[in-house]
Amino acid sequence: MTSATEHLGLAPVDPAGARPAVSLTGVTKDFGNVHAVRGIELSIQPGEVVAFLGPNGAGKTTTIDMILGLSTPTSGSLSVLGLEPREAIARGLVAAVMQTGGLLKDLTVKETVEYTASLFADTRTADDVLADAGISGIADRLVARCSGGEQQRLRFAMALLSDPALLLLDEPTTGMDVEGRRSFWSSIRSDAQKGRTVLFATHYLEEADQYADRIILISQGKIVADGSGSEIKSLASGRTVRATLDNAETATTALAGIAGVDSVEVRGDSVYVHTKDSDAVARYLLTQTSARDIEIAAKGLEEAFLSLTGDHDTQGAGQ
Amino acid sequence: MSSPVSTTASIDPTTRRVPPLGGLNVTMLKIELRRIMRNKRTMIFTLVMPVLLYVIIASNAKYTNERAGSGNVSAYILISMATYGAVLASTSGGAMVATERALGWSRQLRLTPLSPIAYIVVKSLVALTLGLGSVLAVNVVGILTNKADMPTHVWIAGAVIAWAGSIVFSAFGLFMGYLLPSENVMQVLGPIMAGLAAIGGLWFPIDKGSVLDHISAWTPIYGLANLARWPLYGGGPHLVWIVNLAGWFALFVAGAAWRMSKDTARV
Repeated sequence: MTSATEHLGLAPVDPAGARPAVSLTGVTKDFGNVHAVRGIELSIQPGEVVAFLGPNGAGKTTTIDMILGLSTPTSGSLSVLGLEPREAIARGLVAAVMQTGGLLKDLTVKETVEYTASLFADTRTADDVLADAGISGIADRLVARCSGGEQQRLRFAMALLSDPALLLLDEPTTGMDVEGRRSFWSSIRSDAQKGRTVLFATHYLEEADQYADRIILISQGKIVADGSGSEIKSLASGRTVRATLDNAETATTALAGIAGVDSVEVRGDSVYVHTKDSDAVARYLLTQTSARDIEIAAKGLEEAFLSLTGDHDTQGAGQ
Repeated sequence: MSSPVSTTASIDPTTRRVPPLGGLNVTMLKIELRRIMRNKRTMIFTLVMPVLLYVIIASNAKYTNERAGSGNVSAYILISMATYGAVLASTSGGAMVATERALGWSRQLRLTPLSPIAYIVVKSLVALTLGLGSVLAVNVVGILTNKADMPTHVWIAGAVIAWAGSIVFSAFGLFMGYLLPSENVMQVLGPIMAGLAAIGGLWFPIDKGSVLDHISAWTPIYGLANLARWPLYGGGPHLVWIVNLAGWFALFVAGAAWRMSKDTARV
């Protein structure tokens, strides 16, 4: 099993020397004895759409909270558009859309937006963002009477008020239907074209692959892989070769040395080789060893994802 | 991967400003007031109930005829009920933070430029406005029903002291709001306030020097109740009233600040 960080794509270098939208250096966060974040190095350039992918409890939310200035790192440093997170928030440069809560039930949709707008020095008008979010028609409705989908649109409208340079989304499309998901992402993509950086947390590999320029896999408080969707998928495209082999233990070193092999496991007489190149492993086993009963099985995306994130608890790992 | 660099010009972080006064503004204040007026429970308990209590109790002929200081007992009851209304209103206003925390609105606000101090100022202003409404309601009804009798300056002084002193209870409400994150914190605080009002001497007069009086002097409403009625009797205010009010104020502010710092640290 690979536990070292796999740097696939190089972090994009900005030739203009503009400040990164998000920059984390050696960031850790402890809650008592729990090490939620264990040293994250990360640089996101303006205009990137980045997915934070990982199982629940991987440290996604903790990291996002630090970027939002809701909590401070135990060690390491962090900047948003070259500013302290709170400074960036005070200038309306950062906005976030949470999955639940964050709304007052006894305000109308429009009042909620006007209230929020009044807090920023530079802001778009309430009518503008209501129209953009497609909720002008329910402007006078009390939030308590809005459906879950309408409330999510309202949160989105609020986030767009200050025309933020960085937008953070926590599981943004949970509960949306296919059509809603598609139109949501098309509007996110068009905003990214204007230079808005988008960082979204998800535990759906599909969603990350479809909509992000870059996927950052996070597990147990560390970045375990960082690359484009296709690069991450190639990581997940491996197969498992199983064979019955006497003295399997002695063969592990040689097997691990074959190009493409991720890990080798021995269980009794059986050896399990996780590899990106199953042909090479099979050829080796058949020609160089006394292996028999060879089976080759495709490693599912989810299984690969789990092995990569080191999380064998399928609970909360998506579908 | 898209080429982000060429398009960054459309959002220029360096042009963005920080709002003055930590984000404090009239629009939010207006919306907050509209919001509290929409809350029927709060309106009934802070505006209607003190007025009703006054009308029911003070119209008793015994109280209109009996003298109390420079006025009658009905005047004494009027000041007491105005104080009760102001105290309840300020507590409700402060305790709104409990609902806002339970709903995640406080967290939402922390993603805006609004500073925690500005937030507390807004909550206090809303609490004081509600308190003013309550004091005015009791006093206006008091004038219209023509049962209370006291010199004009006593009317005014009593109302002003009841209102201004109620700021102590907006701090109490804030403290409780941070302590009890619930959407219905006033269901807990309502009976507590009624009990404190009774022991503090707002429901019935407490005999000076009695055991109850000694206990009462340690409770938070005692100081304000006596200070608000002091213009009716004249003379100097007792030091114990002022010490009581200031002491509880300090305690509530310290408690609210302590809970608030815990809340914003989110460790």
